[in-house]
Amino acid sequence: MEKAGFEQSKVNLPLWLLAEVSYRCPLHCVYCYNPIDYASYGEEMSTEDWLRVLRQGRELGATQLGFSGGEPLMRSDLEILVAEARRLGYYSNLITSGVGLDERRIAAFKEGGLDHIQVSFQDSTREMNDFLSSTRTFDLKQKVARLVKKYDYPMVLNVVLHKLNIDHVQQILEMAEQLEAEYVELANTQYYGWAWLNRDKLLPSRDQLQRAEEITNNFRQHAANRMKIYFVVPDYYETRPKPCMSGWGAVFLCITADGVALPCHSARMLPGLNFPSVRDHDLRWIWHDSPAFNTYRGDAWMKEPCRSCPEKVKDYGGCRCQAYLMTGDAANADPVCDKSPLHGLVTDAVERAAKRERDSAKPQVKRAADALLFRDDANSLRLADANKQPSA
Amino acid sequence: MPLNDDTIFEIAHHYRFQWEPAQQLHVLLYPEGMVQLPGSSGEILKRVNGAARVGEIVADLERAFPGADLRGDVIEFLENAHGKGWIRTKQG
Repeated sequence: MEKAGFEQSKVNLPLWLLAEVSYRCPLHCVYCYNPIDYASYGEEMSTEDWLRVLRQGRELGATQLGFSGGEPLMRSDLEILVAEARRLGYYSNLITSGVGLDERRIAAFKEGGLDHIQVSFQDSTREMNDFLSSTRTFDLKQKVARLVKKYDYPMVLNVVLHKLNIDHVQQILEMAEQLEAEYVELANTQYYGWAWLNRDKLLPSRDQLQRAEEITNNFRQHAANRMKIYFVVPDYYETRPKPCMSGWGAVFLCITADGVALPCHSARMLPGLNFPSVRDHDLRWIWHDSPAFNTYRGDAWMKEPCRSCPEKVKDYGGCRCQAYLMTGDAANADPVCDKSPLHGLVTDAVERAAKRERDSAKPQVKRAADALLFRDDANSLRLADANKQPSA
Repeated sequence: MPLNDDTIFEIAHHYRFQWEPAQQLHVLLYPEGMVQLPGSSGEILKRVNGAARVGEIVADLERAFPGADLRGDVIEFLENAHGKGWIRTKQG
């Protein structure tokens, strides 16, 4: 499998800075990895705060910068941040649903020096797209993709795959080709945040996955020189964990809308870690010296079977968040690994996914909607409240 | 591809080549990734500017690093870089 990423990286610098500038989002995707209690967080950072973060990040050695969220276009000062990013020498990427991107804004981004734009599509069919994002935005996305081309951006299309759309991979790829995408990321849902809550309805079966991979491989040959296609398998179907973030505090630094610094998108929900805020500390201290960024750095924290495993230098014990969500202890081996004594938690989930497919020949959108939990402020506040009460 | 002394290369569209002070090396940035180009690889790519011919790049490097026969290494690197899509031949 081909994979995007950093080649030959050896130095311990936050080469990749992700700025989650706003948790506000016009979509309500059921597979969003954002924290489930996002609506209870403090105020968004000011423009000045973000400019300071960008400067400090660049001084620390960050090269790739992602503007994400929520929906980053919800920030009306994004043009200012984009221009400063280019001036500082970042290679910057806008990760957007496309909602809020019009010609005036994209022209300003181009002028300011934004390097590329990644547009996420929920699916290639209007019905599925609108259902999964809970809005009617599909036509808009097609328009946005054309704007991206018009302003001479390399087009990166991202489609999050899961049980309810994975059978549409052929149509999704055909759409990407029509839109002249240069890169297509077919990223299977990772089960954190809202996706974790909805996991049992979103995890595809092994059969679905194999069909989708086969279609993707065929399409790769067909589109070889025009389109680069990445297919990210859900790690539940692996027997070794992903080298999550290339290790804790190794290359990746995420700053949330309210200024909390994280070593990955979803680490905030891990208990006992006091993640520092960029409102109180500079990035250099946060990255190199803060207790939170050093907690799972290297391998001294590891327990068995990771501690004595020769593969720990390859996968760093997998994902701390997944270990916590599934086993209750972030220092456990990622249960995706079949050396983990708790690997059965993963195979159980996979078996349930196969059983659901047998039970219903086709996923029924209407029926599924009764049970899926959409990412919105009301649900988020309710979940935040429930988390505060020990009995919940 | 046929590469000769008159071939002119430029950095590929949507790629950016720059010096990284924090890493003390040149890098090539592109969507979703980065190639680190320490030492001679950075020195070669620094001279790929859409104007210099391959022969001129070799001569310039041999002036900058006297005593070394660099031609073979430079050609090999440029062919490799072209194969990976980092650079493209300048048209016209």
